[in-house]
Amino acid sequence: MSPTTPARASVRKTWKLYIGGAFPRSESGYSYVVNDAKGQFVANAAMASRKDARDAVQAARKAFGGWSSKTAYNRAQILYRVAEVMEDRRPQFLDAVRQSEGLGSRQATQVVDDAVDRLVWYAGWADKITQVVGSANPVAGPYFNLSSPEPTGVVAVVAPQRSSLLGLVSVVAPAIVTGNTTVVLASEERPLPAITFAEVLATSDVPGGVVNVLTGPPAATAPWLAEHMDVNALDLTGLAGDDEAAAALEASAAENLKRVLRAPAAEPDWEADPGIDRMTAFLETKTVWHPIGL
Amino acid sequence: MVKVPETAASAPLFDYAPAPESRAIVDIRSSYGLFVDGEFVDGQGSSFKTVNPATEEVLSEVAEASDADVDAAVKAARRAHSRVWGRMSGRERAKYLYRIARIIQERAREIAVLETLDNGKPIKESRDVDVPTAAAHFFYYAGWADKLEYAVPGNGAPQSLGVAGQVIPWNFPLLMLAWKIAPALAAGNTVVLKPAETTPLTALLFAEICQQADLPPGVVNIVTGAGATGQALVAHPDVDKVAFTGSTEVGRRIARTVAGTDKKVTLELGGKAANIVFEDAPVDQAVEGIVTGIFFNQGHVCCAGSRLLVQESVAEEVLDRLKRRMATLRVGDPLDKNTDVGAINSAEQLARITELARVGEDEVGTTGGAGRWSPPCDLPERGFWFPPTVFTGVSQAHRIAREEIFGPVLSVLTFRTATEAVEKANNTPFGLSAGVWTEKGSRILWMANQLRAGVVWANTFNKFDPTSPFGGYKESGYGREGGRHGLEGYLK
Repeated sequence: MSPTTPARASVRKTWKLYIGGAFPRSESGYSYVVNDAKGQFVANAAMASRKDARDAVQAARKAFGGWSSKTAYNRAQILYRVAEVMEDRRPQFLDAVRQSEGLGSRQATQVVDDAVDRLVWYAGWADKITQVVGSANPVAGPYFNLSSPEPTGVVAVVAPQRSSLLGLVSVVAPAIVTGNTTVVLASEERPLPAITFAEVLATSDVPGGVVNVLTGPPAATAPWLAEHMDVNALDLTGLAGDDEAAAALEASAAENLKRVLRAPAAEPDWEADPGIDRMTAFLETKTVWHPIGL
Repeated sequence: MVKVPETAASAPLFDYAPAPESRAIVDIRSSYGLFVDGEFVDGQGSSFKTVNPATEEVLSEVAEASDADVDAAVKAARRAHSRVWGRMSGRERAKYLYRIARIIQERAREIAVLETLDNGKPIKESRDVDVPTAAAHFFYYAGWADKLEYAVPGNGAPQSLGVAGQVIPWNFPLLMLAWKIAPALAAGNTVVLKPAETTPLTALLFAEICQQADLPPGVVNIVTGAGATGQALVAHPDVDKVAFTGSTEVGRRIARTVAGTDKKVTLELGGKAANIVFEDAPVDQAVEGIVTGIFFNQGHVCCAGSRLLVQESVAEEVLDRLKRRMATLRVGDPLDKNTDVGAINSAEQLARITELARVGEDEVGTTGGAGRWSPPCDLPERGFWFPPTVFTGVSQAHRIAREEIFGPVLSVLTFRTATEAVEKANNTPFGLSAGVWTEKGSRILWMANQLRAGVVWANTFNKFDPTSPFGGYKESGYGREGGRHGLEGYLK
């Protein structure tokens, strides 16, 4: 490199939050250092505050009516579109996963492929889950009786700490595909793939507010989400192994009887078949009766 | 209740400027071969012409698959099943089906115009119903390909059957193809499909779509031809599954052909649906439903509401309003965006409709308000046309109340009580669909319980969705297409 023509300095991205379809900085003005897997500085990520969490809940609530009343077919199309756009940005996600999780090229490829395919898998569930968990009930009387699943509402998700992309997709997709909206607290130490994923959501016809992404330590926002009276459900997967913190959040969630998906003892194997439990955890069953007769 | 003006039946038509959809978007080749093992090949048999039923213009010449051609197609499908498709994970199969769904969406207008040219249906219908619903079917079943273990209760490890031989009718050419191919492929089967003799072109365009999607060769094979080709296909010893949509007569023949074999069969056959209007029904809505029920797609619909059962107390009012509505139907150029009723699909079908209408005229006579009626409409000179027609004073014994006409011909009967309506509605060897119009929910459900039909529409008619199982009772066939149930016929 000759001294007269220095290398071009790259334009670095500011890593922000994703709330209501916009990318604001934290209201607090705080940020924290994010390092790569080798401990090298990568970026200052926004440190979400209690106020950011409340804004995110408000955005999620506002989006719930529209998102949950879209046809299942339409939600399927939109989730599939997310997969399409993500596939299109594979190189970016490969870099993000290698950087944040320290994976080799082959492993990173596997993770990104699995994340895209998982979105496709969940997209297909939008108009099928009702047929698998709903039922026509043969009650002993002249009544039509039909039970169908409905989304529970706003779900606060503490995303997995280790698996910053595949794990993230695997907890967000099952919550939203059935019509819930979410506030997602990204992996504390590996938050950047979540923000890149938010950029995909923002350009894939997912209405603003359906997924809101916060970055920062769980302690700064999770307690507020757990006690927030406009949050309907809590996914504590990201607190795997931290029984004490998880129990405290579950206790807070009891106030308005949030549905709680408890933290597992250890972070799940995200490459395994996810089954349908993550969807049914955030579904209500509605039964409709109607008399039959002339 | 609003009184209908006396002049109801002769309400003036607005003049519409012509609004033709451009046909420049389609590129029809002068001749087509068969689509076997991923490529277009010359057939070993003869060929036949496919015409535009609205103009009688020859659109293209198409190969008529011989027994040897059918055999080659089945062999290609077998190879593709055992080497590629049957072994591929559902997760990978799904992605091919999603690609096909997307390409149908991308090429939607081109397909719609081609469908209208070859079939004669209004562009409004091919554009807004046939093509989007076909894409939706592929999208829906794509999503099942990687979830088959959830599809059939009690079967946690479902397997594909092998090669499916599928024969489809001319009334919804691409849509029926989608109903057949999407669940078959999702379940891991490979297919040999024969489109109807008079409407092969969108199936051949679909073959191109399979190429664009890089679908492995042999997974989908299209053999064009007439009855003999279809017979060769369903009788082929290496076909594991037969799926047929068409007439009850041919369905019976197929059931005989496969007797004693291990072939799994789905038959979606004829119908003579009752569309039942009670006195408390919202009349305008019911009239729209009656019109949709019988004049949608020129009445070329197996589940068409071809028998109107109307409660005596409102019969006169409903008929007045129906006639007024029929007078506003625009019959003519199928490519015109304002056209409601297009061309009859073939000279043969036109002859059948004409003959049954003539019989109906003799049967019902002209006394006591009975008779045949059509609104005044100018039919084009060339092409195959039949005006929207209604027969009043029809009794259950009349042929036009018993036989499937498969054209824009409605037979009107009356009833006094719900029990009588049920008896009349069920008094048919068919059992595909039925309609009920009443504002009373409990009566809808009571009627739905009593009607021996596979689909019951209440306060709506002719609704279709990939998630919703469709199929008949009795001589309307067996098996269901659509929904979770639609996979059962393609899995073991």
